[in-house]
Amino acid sequence: MAKLNLDDLKKMRDEKRREMNRRDTDKSIEIIIGMGTCGIAAGAKEAFDAFVTAIDASNLDDVMIKQTGCMGFCANEPTVEVRMPEMPDTIYNNVDATIAERIVKEHILEQKMVSEYVFDKPSVDIVDGQ
Amino acid sequence: MAYKSFILVCAGTGCHSNMGEEIYNELVKAVEAHNISQDVQVVKTGCFGFCEQGPIVKILPEEAFYVKVTPDDAPELVAEHVVKGRQVDRLLYKEPGMEKASNKIDDMGFYQKQFRIVLRNCGFINPEDIDEYIGRNGYQSLGKVLTELSPDDVIEELKKSGLRGRGGAGFPSWMKLSFSKGVTGVDQKYVVCNADEGDPGAYMDRSTLEGDPHSIIEAMAINAYTIGADKGFIYIRAEYPLAIERLEVAMKQARDYGLLGDNILGTDFSFDIEIRLGAGAFVCGEETALISSIEGKRGVPTPRPPFPPVKGLWGKPTCVNNVETLANIPVIIEKGGDWFKKIGTEKTSGTKVFALTGKVNNSGLIEVPMGTTLREIIFDIGGGIKDGKKFKAAQTGGPSGGVITEEHLDTPIDFDNLVALGSMMGSGGLIVMDEDDCIVDVTKFYLDFSVDESCGKCSPCRIGGRKLYDILDKISKGSATAEDVDKIDAIAEAMKKASLCGLGQTTPNPVLSILHYFRDELFSHINEKVCPAGKCKDLVSFSIDAEKCIGCTLCARKCPVNCISGAKRQAHEIDQSQCVKCGECFTVCKFDAVVKA
Repeated sequence: MAKLNLDDLKKMRDEKRREMNRRDTDKSIEIIIGMGTCGIAAGAKEAFDAFVTAIDASNLDDVMIKQTGCMGFCANEPTVEVRMPEMPDTIYNNVDATIAERIVKEHILEQKMVSEYVFDKPSVDIVDGQ
Repeated sequence: MAYKSFILVCAGTGCHSNMGEEIYNELVKAVEAHNISQDVQVVKTGCFGFCEQGPIVKILPEEAFYVKVTPDDAPELVAEHVVKGRQVDRLLYKEPGMEKASNKIDDMGFYQKQFRIVLRNCGFINPEDIDEYIGRNGYQSLGKVLTELSPDDVIEELKKSGLRGRGGAGFPSWMKLSFSKGVTGVDQKYVVCNADEGDPGAYMDRSTLEGDPHSIIEAMAINAYTIGADKGFIYIRAEYPLAIERLEVAMKQARDYGLLGDNILGTDFSFDIEIRLGAGAFVCGEETALISSIEGKRGVPTPRPPFPPVKGLWGKPTCVNNVETLANIPVIIEKGGDWFKKIGTEKTSGTKVFALTGKVNNSGLIEVPMGTTLREIIFDIGGGIKDGKKFKAAQTGGPSGGVITEEHLDTPIDFDNLVALGSMMGSGGLIVMDEDDCIVDVTKFYLDFSVDESCGKCSPCRIGGRKLYDILDKISKGSATAEDVDKIDAIAEAMKKASLCGLGQTTPNPVLSILHYFRDELFSHINEKVCPAGKCKDLVSFSIDAEKCIGCTLCARKCPVNCISGAKRQAHEIDQSQCVKCGECFTVCKFDAVVKA
């Protein structure tokens, strides 16, 4: 990777921002798992593995499984955010291996929410325009 | 077959006890009655954390937010909103003092109670992917500083922002930088990130480093440019392996992109960072002890002055900042000091991250503007006390802090107000206690911690802390007298005046705090030999009410020392001479037959 100068950095930011905001155009599905120490202690790694296994088994090829830090709902971890076209962005709480399988089957394949495990994002991300 | 609409019903504890189940059933019925089950899904969700306005129903994709819904409202919500697409205005949330109902969660004041600056990226980006950080404006502030601002401009911007150190003491951040910058004629300066978070129950720094490591790297580079340093250290305890790993990944990526190392972003500014692992001694969070530890010596404090910004690491000017303080800096540079100043209170601008733990329904990591009240934090964001128990006190500031009681729940939280209440901001651990917690027991825990963590270099802390602990121990055993309480003041006074560093100076705080706010509870331990909460082992005894006991044998099976005897279906008995007062029998008995006295 070449060293950046300021113009490269700005260009990269704009490209990346577009990429991050591109939600409903093509068929990309994102599964984002909160993997801070608190999430991992609550079993996020097991959930992560279960997602990988379930996605492999389902022959879906446009799913991206990503990790992120603590979302702040430590009482309800592991937390998982699912973003996909045709469905509102959804956060699930207390996701263990079984629920992970259900999310793949019901939310992603059948496009219906897994009731009882939906968690609503209670705070607004304030750094606007991002 | 995709659904077109989703109706979310809150099934959290608060809403559930408030007819949540019935509302759910009515909504399902209404959806079926309209024959739209294949288009609309009714979903039970976790707590929105807005209990005072519950039960809550939210309809997606419009994000309409209905509050105080009753089962009778369900048919109307479905018929009007879902079928005809008209919002039901009378149930939409109205801001206090606002005429117009708001239907979007994002414009509601309640959700503005949390305001994320430090945690802006936590839970949104992949911490191990620098591109995502850049995509959310990362490293732009560093670019701006290197190309457009002089060191004095940066200090001016921070001065305008009013940012004060988030490690606990609240020292103005611009001043620290300005001291270091002002030292001339030295060949080397340093910036240090203090990630030695050690307060019991606090984990906000760890979460920030795990969720957004690049923000700390960027802030350190900005600070280094400001004071003229080319080397930085991150001092972090080895107990945080994940944070360390993510920092290392982040530093490597930053080097690859030329954001760390020589000639950053093509300018003539060079800066690099090393990680230094601490062994987890609490005193190493004190800046002079931290500096000793980085130098490879024992982590013990040294007298100040000279202050580290002037004479620190290896005798060179060293700017030590806490993780949370640093995380604010890129945002202040990006949005300007004036923008930051508007958040929070007159004297303390910005936000504070709290690790909300203890007997609260939604424990977690929250970030609120300074000036938010404890009531808002515990009851609105935290969802109230577990199991509907009564709130007793909140402990802030860890072993250096004190308790805040019911009567002060509405005090706006900032540095000065907390000190006035005899507590302190500290690093941001916020531990909620309910009626079952004994104030003596909790304070003893903190004292035990401080005594353990005292480095022993100065006698006021080494001896005074131990003496205070002994007095508390006597109180909890019921063998203390009123004279013992008189001694507390004298010892505390000596420790505050004569201890070498902040650890010793603040060790008496938890004791003084309960002496002030919980005098009655303290003296019932001393005079009546009673622990009202039933936590102090020596003052409590368990017995079985033969009337209520049905002889299910559960307690006998759970008892760790086998001191409960009795035949099946006969009243059981506890052998008091063997009992260790663990309270297991009291917890497991389903018939309230075990009596705590």
